[in-house]
Amino acid sequence: MASKLTTSNSAGWGFAIPGFGLIALFIILPFFFAFGLSLTNQRLISPNPTQYVGLRNYRELLDVAVITLKPLRDDAGALIRDEDGNLEYPRVRDITRSDEYPQYSGMREWFRWQSGDNAKVVIASDVVFMKALTNTLTFVIVVAPVQAGLALLLALLINQRLRAINVFRTIYFMPVVVSIVVVSLLWRFIYAGNDGLLNNLLSTFTFGAWQPVDWLGNPGTALGAIMAMSIWQAVGFHMVIWLSGLQTISPTLYEAARIEGASGWQTFRYVTWPGLRNTAVLILIVITMQAFALFAQINVMTSGGPLDSTQTLVFQAVERGYGKQDISGGATISVILFVLVLSISLIQRWLTRERA
Amino acid sequence: MTMAALAPENRGLRLAVRYLVLILVALIFIFPLLFMLMNSLKPTEQLLADTSSLRAFLPVGDLSLNNYVDAFRRAPVGTFVFNSVFVTGVTVIISLFICSLAAFSFVFLNWVGRGILLSIIIATLIIPFETIAIPLLLIVSKLPWLGLNGFEIGWLNTYRVQIIPWIADGLTIFLFVQYFKDLPGELVEAARVEGASWWQIYRRVIMPLSGPVLATAAILKFLVMYNQYLWPLIVVQQESYRPVMVGLGYFFQLNVAWGEVMAYLSLITLPVLAFYLVLQRAFIASIASTGVKG
Repeated sequence: MASKLTTSNSAGWGFAIPGFGLIALFIILPFFFAFGLSLTNQRLISPNPTQYVGLRNYRELLDVAVITLKPLRDDAGALIRDEDGNLEYPRVRDITRSDEYPQYSGMREWFRWQSGDNAKVVIASDVVFMKALTNTLTFVIVVAPVQAGLALLLALLINQRLRAINVFRTIYFMPVVVSIVVVSLLWRFIYAGNDGLLNNLLSTFTFGAWQPVDWLGNPGTALGAIMAMSIWQAVGFHMVIWLSGLQTISPTLYEAARIEGASGWQTFRYVTWPGLRNTAVLILIVITMQAFALFAQINVMTSGGPLDSTQTLVFQAVERGYGKQDISGGATISVILFVLVLSISLIQRWLTRERA
Repeated sequence: MTMAALAPENRGLRLAVRYLVLILVALIFIFPLLFMLMNSLKPTEQLLADTSSLRAFLPVGDLSLNNYVDAFRRAPVGTFVFNSVFVTGVTVIISLFICSLAAFSFVFLNWVGRGILLSIIIATLIIPFETIAIPLLLIVSKLPWLGLNGFEIGWLNTYRVQIIPWIADGLTIFLFVQYFKDLPGELVEAARVEGASWWQIYRRVIMPLSGPVLATAAILKFLVMYNQYLWPLIVVQQESYRPVMVGLGYFFQLNVAWGEVMAYLSLITLPVLAFYLVLQRAFIASIASTGVKG
């Protein structure tokens, strides 16, 4: 419609500028601002002027090193073992606080493993951040495919021609309209250690053999429990998107597959799945973005605990930027988060690209 | 064996199995909400005792609306609900207007810079709000405002800080753009020939045709706004401006009265669920439309 009739710079700008202006001020500006702030020591309220500090914030978050600890030996040169027969090592603190190793100053142990008689210790300048980073990545790597897969199963289930099928679609989608804050609180009852609904259910099915687990109070299960709940809440959303993808596939293709005598799996593999390619890319990217934003569940259910096993990047960004008023620290985490979201989305797009 | 060769009783069995699966899955999605509703009617002691049995999901025992009454006593529930409804309503209405107007301009008008501006707006879709929350907090804490009380600096603890940043967003504009592209452009040209102004064309020609996309955009915005949590948590400390989700904090002081918590959760969730059940087709269509041509 590039005709003279529709050309009007003043009306065009006039109509678009309120929307664009708001987006510029409240999305684009803070986005670039985050990069700038991450290079300073900005605080929310501070008597001192803000200073440029270069990449210091990034180093304080991301610095990681591996050190090798040799086992302690007694005067005769024999290895010293404790009561349980384990080798004893010098304390990590003695290295990170020693003047001999200024490069390790202020770092703390993250985790270690055994290598022969030596212990390899990974030390990080910000162990809580590292846990938040790995937890968030774990969450994304598990939740994105599982949620997308379950959503597809539900969509296939709902795509049957059955009486009252819409009733089921309505129910499956219901948790999506409920606030994640409300859902998180309800699930605290399900996951409770004593008399939690899940423990009671498992106990009933195993005729009392089940030992109750404090799902959210145990570092080994807390993140998994939050994953399961998050999938439960959001899976209906992606079911609907899969469903709209399924309904774009022409019925004549299914008819042809039926005439050719294709099995259910063959029909899915050669008719349904190729028709869902674009939907799949979209769903993976959307879930990934949502999964990286994990915050409310943590804030309501665990506050990052136990033992930092449910720390996440957004929770840390908020805790620092808002809780400790350390705007530059929060902004630095935000930038790292954005770089992760962007690169994983690009990788997904590349992996699921159309092969010529 | 083809379907036609199946004996009738076999087909009946298959159907029964299908429905059984559908019902079991439905139970998984419904039980926490059932739990919330049933237990909002029970005293806290009974609620805690009932979780060890199926009674947790049944309306049995000492039922009353006392928890609801107590919830209103414990916290300014009316204020929280008003704040959420007010912020949500105002944001949805202004957002529909501003975003549809921008999309109208992008689709039907020719002007210098429209391509680049639209590309920038679409590009913002990959910025999750969570990554800009902290810098945005700093920005709104320093923004000026000219209001009834004269000139002031800082937007914290206000309605405007909960409304204005959420009015325009890439997804809403994108939805309108997609919809407008499918409308016949001749309508606009014809109105132009007859001497209609751009404002008249937007108001009298395009908006009356935009019912479905307005519903979609309104529902999506409604869900986002009513369920706001992170943003009000960090920009609103005064209880008089707090929305419902942040207001929950009131129920978690020393002794948690779970009966009241369930009543409060039901109170803030049931209207949304009822709204959803009445308009479920529109809700589901609006989510589906975010997937089209993504």
